[in-house]
Amino acid sequence: MSAMSAGAPRSLASSGQKSIQDILHPLSAEESALNPGSAAEKDLILPNGTPVDTSSPASSSSLLNRLQLDDDLDGETRDLFVTVDDPKKHVSTMETYITYRVCTKTTRTEFDLPEYTVRRRYQDFDWLRNKLEESQPTHLIPPLPEKFVMKGVVDRFSEEFVETRRKALDKFLKRVADHPVLSFNEHFNAFLSAKDLNKRQGLALLTKMGESVKYVTGGYKLRARPVEFAAMGDYLDLFTQKLGTIDRIAQRIIKEQSEFLMELREYGPVYSSWSSFEEDLHDPLEGVSGCVSNCSSALEELTEDMSEDFLPVLREYVLYIESMKNVLKKRDQVQAEYETKLEAVVFREDKKTPVPTDVEKCQDRVECFNADLKADWDRWENNKRQDFRQLLTGMADKNIQYYEKCLAAWESLIPVLQDKQEAEGETS
Amino acid sequence: IQQDYTALPVDAASEGTNPVPDSLWRRYSEFELLRNYLLVTYPFSVVPPLPEKRAEFVWHKLSADNMDPDFVERRRVGLENFLLRVASHPDLSSDKIFYSFLTEENGWKETVFETGFQAKADSRLKALNATFRVKNPDKRFAEMKHYGDELQSVISQLLRVRARAADRLYGVYKVHGNYGRVFSEWSAIEKEMGDGLQSAGHHMDAYAASVDDILEEEEHYADQLKEYLFYADALRAVCRKHELTQYELEMAAQDLTSKKQQREELATGTIRTFSLKGMTSKLFGQETPEQREAKVKMLETQIEEGEELVKERNTECEEFVKSAWVDIERFKEQKDHDLREALISYAIMQISMCKKGIQVWNNAKECFSKM
Repeated sequence: MSAMSAGAPRSLASSGQKSIQDILHPLSAEESALNPGSAAEKDLILPNGTPVDTSSPASSSSLLNRLQLDDDLDGETRDLFVTVDDPKKHVSTMETYITYRVCTKTTRTEFDLPEYTVRRRYQDFDWLRNKLEESQPTHLIPPLPEKFVMKGVVDRFSEEFVETRRKALDKFLKRVADHPVLSFNEHFNAFLSAKDLNKRQGLALLTKMGESVKYVTGGYKLRARPVEFAAMGDYLDLFTQKLGTIDRIAQRIIKEQSEFLMELREYGPVYSSWSSFEEDLHDPLEGVSGCVSNCSSALEELTEDMSEDFLPVLREYVLYIESMKNVLKKRDQVQAEYETKLEAVVFREDKKTPVPTDVEKCQDRVECFNADLKADWDRWENNKRQDFRQLLTGMADKNIQYYEKCLAAWESLIPVLQDKQEAEGETS
Repeated sequence: IQQDYTALPVDAASEGTNPVPDSLWRRYSEFELLRNYLLVTYPFSVVPPLPEKRAEFVWHKLSADNMDPDFVERRRVGLENFLLRVASHPDLSSDKIFYSFLTEENGWKETVFETGFQAKADSRLKALNATFRVKNPDKRFAEMKHYGDELQSVISQLLRVRARAADRLYGVYKVHGNYGRVFSEWSAIEKEMGDGLQSAGHHMDAYAASVDDILEEEEHYADQLKEYLFYADALRAVCRKHELTQYELEMAAQDLTSKKQQREELATGTIRTFSLKGMTSKLFGQETPEQREAKVKMLETQIEEGEELVKERNTECEEFVKSAWVDIERFKEQKDHDLREALISYAIMQISMCKKGIQVWNNAKECFSKM
């Protein structure tokens, strides 16, 4: 391989290697103890922030499965851990906004200190992502939660919204931290460590870092996308469609459940008013009313959970896919430039002069891009599989919990209903 | 007009010596006739109600069509239930018309009309529809009537809301079926995730399909409530009949009192009550002693008759109250028992639904975990 700029030595290292699997975050247990506000009701949290169910042997084995997705489990040991938590509201004369605490622990020499704690707002995350996209265009950059929220429709300061956002931001940083190339990006470093994130810092870093990898989308025409990348593109298109369908279905279910809930909230109290003019049946009727009320609450929880945990992840992936498609297009551009320039050289009259370094550089870029992209693709596929396994398992869990709550309510009602009968003996 | 016949498999009840057919056919209208007969003949009994003639309180999936096989079946069960209720009623079960309803296919209608109950029915209907006010309402019956009103109102409301809720629940389950389809499509573009997704999709289909049975069972609960919705009406009918009886007694007593007063006036010559006759006789001359004598004699007869009537009506009233109250107490116990049972079976239904839900989602979860 010809010389690459000093700025991205890791690009080469990553080519052809197997992807990093999500290794269990060793500090997550500790972190969950420190941050009761975060998602940790269980002991273990996976790097992307979702909890692991370790309550049964089956789930421990499935945990093992996740770890052993790739054979070299003991290959890479983690040396960078990041979490996002502790959202706080800031009120100033100009605006009101939320900041999040970003904690970093690392042994990497690229960092001056082993630990950092900084406060960042969404704008800062957005800045980071833009910088990563600019400076690492050959890589797939994880998505951020949606930027714009319609004021009046969504309360930007409600607990649920902030928590949903926090989880997504946490997942974003963890994905970057897990990435063998992105995690060494200097913008990322600044984001994690700088006291005051000066956006102007970015410009200086960019010129140092990004030159060799800054590409101009110069309107070159690509004849044909190589098969493997075409397959990626096709898959992404189909996958986006499916995600869209699933999103619509989930929303529809939430709507139907909400309407069902409305009826239940009217249904329960009727039993109560009935009980008010009954003697013998007073307790049973009152009991049914209470039961329906419990089921209503359980249903409300289910609906809220689905809104807050399920839908955002789907939407996140749609955004992820959008940015991935853009990376594929950029790759096409790079290849197109190379092919065009190569053609121009090939059709030159004088075949004795060696191929100009310009074309060589193009060739390098293409090969680099392809290698980075393939590696990232594999990593993305693994993550995707885990994420969706967790997402859908989580959905199943929430529904199971809902039914279990209802079951408990109705089962505890039976003795209340049967009570008088036993006391009376057989007088019927 | 569709003719709907209901086949009643009737056990050869060993009452009479006549050969009893194993089953015979009865139309809904004949059930109605039987019930009307019982209402008139046993006014102090809370007569069991018939199931609905037309489907009401439907939720959209359930057909409102009276020819729908599910509705017809449920109505058949309801008619059977009606006969069982009558058969287990202490007073109604021994009625001859009821017996012949179960045993004599032909000519039963004529037998009913021969009892002449129709005439009583008409006059009773007329009286009940008239507005009247009772001076000394019996507190117990007034409370019972009020209870009947409240029961009817609350069960109606319950049935309405339940039907709407059933509609919504149906929607929730059915939409999950769409997951089945999309998981299947999605699995086609996946490698390792494919199998898990595909099988999970099947479970989502099963989940969606399970709602049909769930709601079919709930209809049974609704039917149990409906029976008591209609029973409330029967209860109110008894209270109303009592009011009528009471009213007739009061009218007779009032009439007697006024007649007695008139007699007194004639005897003493004082006119305490205003009467047009009295005024005219004052204005146009007094009556002759013979005329007055005749009048007094007539009044005496009327008073005698009046006293008899009052006695009669009083006895009637007392007996009615006694019989009615016995049956009302019986009804109360039956209602408490039956509704309690209905609530228990409803709870068991809900428990079963929850267990099925847990099972399906656990199955799906297993598939997801293998993705």
